Amino acid sequence: MTNRKLVDARGSFCPGPLMELIAAMKAASIGDELEVLSTDKGSANEIPEWIRKVKHEHLETKEENGVWHVVVRKAK
Amino acid sequence: MKILVVGGGMGGTILANNLARRLAGELRAGKARITMLSASDKHMYQPGLLYLAVGRATPDELYRDQRSLLEPGIEFHVDPVEKFELDKNQVTAKSGKTYGYDVIAIATGSRPVANEIPGLAENAEQFYTEESALKMFKRLQQFQGGRVVIAVGVPHKCPMAPLEITFMLYDYLKDRGILDKTKVHYTYPIGRTHSLENVAKWATPEMERLGITYETLFNMKEVDGAKKVVRSEEGSEAAFDLLITIPAHRGMEVIEKNGLGQRGFIPTHRHRLNMEGRDNVFVVGDTTNLPISKAGSTAHFEAEALAENIAAMVKMGTPVRDYDGKVFCFIEAGKDRATYAMFNYQNPPDPKAPTRAVHWFKMAYNKLYWASARGLL
Repeated sequence: MTNRKLVDARGSFCPGPLMELIAAMKAASIGDELEVLSTDKGSANEIPEWIRKVKHEHLETKEENGVWHVVVRKAK
Repeated sequence: MKILVVGGGMGGTILANNLARRLAGELRAGKARITMLSASDKHMYQPGLLYLAVGRATPDELYRDQRSLLEPGIEFHVDPVEKFELDKNQVTAKSGKTYGYDVIAIATGSRPVANEIPGLAENAEQFYTEESALKMFKRLQQFQGGRVVIAVGVPHKCPMAPLEITFMLYDYLKDRGILDKTKVHYTYPIGRTHSLENVAKWATPEMERLGITYETLFNMKEVDGAKKVVRSEEGSEAAFDLLITIPAHRGMEVIEKNGLGQRGFIPTHRHRLNMEGRDNVFVVGDTTNLPISKAGSTAHFEAEALAENIAAMVKMGTPVRDYDGKVFCFIEAGKDRATYAMFNYQNPPDPKAPTRAVHWFKMAYNKLYWASARGLL
């Protein structure tokens, strides 16, 4: 059973959603899912781009009421 | 009301001093008590380490006696906490003594952990402690030219430091007359040169103007000391003659050992600053898990909001204000010019071009800081 961890980066200009995710990955285990909440629409592209580059898995992106939800899985 | 402040850094000191002023009457009447526990009898001005690393400050300028910064009425003990028993509203410290409280504020800070990246501690210079900053300066004095790489871990305190050390290093090399023999290469973990978009918009063309190369989306994976390369999780590598790092950080070991937060960062409410699930436990500064800059100014503004709230809880039984995410960071853009970024949860920063005036303001603040620590500025 996977653990889904919430990374609430709404209103985060610094460090920002991607950096919050990079930090959260360190505390996560392989197989864990992380859901990043962001009010910065750039995250919707920025996060999957990094995830692909480091070979984790991008599961889903959706936007609800001005908040982007980007779900990824730690793959290694 | 017994108030315990754990940690004598920026956040804890400003909090305790603000509370002591707001609750002066209650302290005198014996209706309130403020106790601070710290691991050190000294208070360090951490932003000064940047200047120490490039020979622009001396170690003595970074310290004051902690007790000398505290309002009368604050009971101060150099007695670091070893055990937190939040269910019992008490902590046990190194001396073996147990301190009970009605309200506790945890402000224990964060620490660099270069040893998490294989090869980094042995092969890179750092400047986040006095010892490492002095070592870095001595290394810079011996440096005769070559390829300098700056590599940054996540998270780290002082978000501006990667840019500041790069630009201050550039001026140092220029003043030494070895810029023509040196290549400065900046790397950064996300897809631009700084986490703040408007800061990156200024910094990137500035680097290009100065001939500083950069690579973004670079998260350190390992350092090969024999081949003198730093490799990234993203699959690239950067060769160096001198590697300067701002390592990733964790909260203090005591926070992890007591199970208060993963990697030492305590889950904290973003406005009320209480530990999630605890109404009488508050968290200030680097040791929160908030998605906010780990910076002295963050601790400062959090401490001000929290002091107002705790004082209101004593006087009226209720907190009165939310912390709005305010951060203010100077950005040194070299040896004689600076700008700043000011923002909160709602409003991004809009930094202006660096000027000598803001640099001199920062120079003045390096001295005025002690007034901030005392809760006066």
